[in-house]
Amino acid sequence: MLINKRIRSTIEGYLFVSPWLLGLFIFTVGPVIASFWLSMTEYDIINPARFIGFSNYRVLLREDPLFWQALKVTTIYTLGSVPLQLIFGFLIALLMNQKLKGISVFRTIYYLPAVISGVAVSVLWRWIFMPDVGIINILLSKIGIKGPRWLGDPNWVLPALIIMSLWGVGGGMVIYLAGLQGIPTELYEAAELDGAGKWAKFRAITIPMMSPVIFFNLVMGVIGSFQTFTQAYIMTQGGPQNASLFYILYLYQRAFQELRMGYASALAWILFLLILICTVIIFKTSTGWVYYEGIRGR
Amino acid sequence: MATETIKSPSFWERKSVKDVITKAILYLIVLAGAFVLMIPFFWMLSTALKGQEEAFLIPPQWIPNPFHWENFAIGWNTLPFWLYLKNTVTIIILTLIGQIFSASLVAFGFSRLQFPGRDTLFFVMLSTMMLPYQVTMIPTYILFRYLGWIDTFKPLIVPAYFGGGAFFIFLLRQFFLTIPLEMDDAARIDGCNNLNIYLRIILPLAKPALGTLAIFSFMGEWNDFMGPLIYINSMEKRTVALGLAAFQAETAFRSSGWNLIMAVAFLLMLPCILIFFFAQRQFIQGVVITGVKG
Repeated sequence: MLINKRIRSTIEGYLFVSPWLLGLFIFTVGPVIASFWLSMTEYDIINPARFIGFSNYRVLLREDPLFWQALKVTTIYTLGSVPLQLIFGFLIALLMNQKLKGISVFRTIYYLPAVISGVAVSVLWRWIFMPDVGIINILLSKIGIKGPRWLGDPNWVLPALIIMSLWGVGGGMVIYLAGLQGIPTELYEAAELDGAGKWAKFRAITIPMMSPVIFFNLVMGVIGSFQTFTQAYIMTQGGPQNASLFYILYLYQRAFQELRMGYASALAWILFLLILICTVIIFKTSTGWVYYEGIRGR
Repeated sequence: MATETIKSPSFWERKSVKDVITKAILYLIVLAGAFVLMIPFFWMLSTALKGQEEAFLIPPQWIPNPFHWENFAIGWNTLPFWLYLKNTVTIIILTLIGQIFSASLVAFGFSRLQFPGRDTLFFVMLSTMMLPYQVTMIPTYILFRYLGWIDTFKPLIVPAYFGGGAFFIFLLRQFFLTIPLEMDDAARIDGCNNLNIYLRIILPLAKPALGTLAIFSFMGEWNDFMGPLIYINSMEKRTVALGLAAFQAETAFRSSGWNLIMAVAFLLMLPCILIFFFAQRQFIQGVVITGVKG
């Protein structure tokens, strides 16, 4: 009886999760394996795939300057936008956590740009960054600065995209804000009894209690920024002089414009490994600075 | 008592004055930030209401005179955006149905049922969230091509019926965990099986979480660009995102018509902005559930 019941509940459990489990094999595990196999072939969809071993990887790493350029562009963008988003998001969240009248209206305003995304935003910012008639350069000229050509200048295209990414800083802010509001007030009260000042409370309570949230935003920010595509596709097509050739844009061009599916699969696998390595590094270093309340040392 | 107040605090030391000044400074900072963040919106709307030449005037007019309201209609009808809207809404609705039913079913399994391997599977599911879409993109494309699904909506819809995505399963699971288990027990005593508990108790109670799911799903599908870009070829099957991309590629190339592009871009942002204003609570709750408690 009891064994029967256990088998029944097992079957039932698997039935309930079966849509996802099927999807896992059809849309994740299968394609990941297929992608690895494809990455060792030459395949243009029309003709049968031809096995060429690790040749794609060798060409990529040794003979493809565009691959390195794409990696460089994506890395610079990540190093520029992720830390800035973390810092500004956190500072704004601290500001929004103050007991000011009407602060909820401001929270909405700060969050709004993060809610909209995609082509419309890219189109808007392309217009904003216009060298002569764009609003940024018009405002800059008012204070006597002659603005750069932004999207038209290889040196300024990435800073422009980083500035644009900061418009969405409210996305991180909301998560920090929730974290800040989740910190028990008793902690602060206890610290006040011990005579702690504002700065001491911030350093000894706020930062440690917020470290898991900062960590979450860091991991998600890095993964997200490695996948930047729409902005590059709409605003620059990777130009000028490949200065905004983001990794995914390069992958897209190889796969769907040149139909080099094998080569693009190799690119995808290298991206996968890079993201994995980044995540592992962040996780490893996190034990030093992320404080989890649930698993405090005894 | 009186003797203690002989030494009255100086003007600056008085707490209330200091508070007022700090507050005023904070307000100023908050206000300035809000203003800067709003400039792109003003600029977009301002451009959208200008005439062709006015859009390129230097110094720019912030408030166009007269308002060219007709730009919205002209821009919208330059390309068949009504058709693109119909396509997009079709995709969104069919995707949403799949996500709601399959994600809640799976989340029910992960949160209400006990079975061997459950926690391992759940961990596997969470880790798939880290996997970039692009790694599986090419084989999936080849699979759909083999099935003859290229240039149809199926590649954009069908995957939603297989669990609806790890993010949504996680979101619903977190919500289901807050529903007391006693409700299940009571129903079981009344002779309900698990499917009935799922359909009659959990799903009705999960309406707020399903609302959050619907909002996120709408935003995701409405703004999705890479999916339609890869799978849709025909002009008449474009989504609104593809339509706007094509519109700006054609128009901006001639470096004119930015007023019309901005008008259409504004119209396409509007649903997201409205949903955000009306459903802010669910929206933020969803972000918080998956972000902070994760």
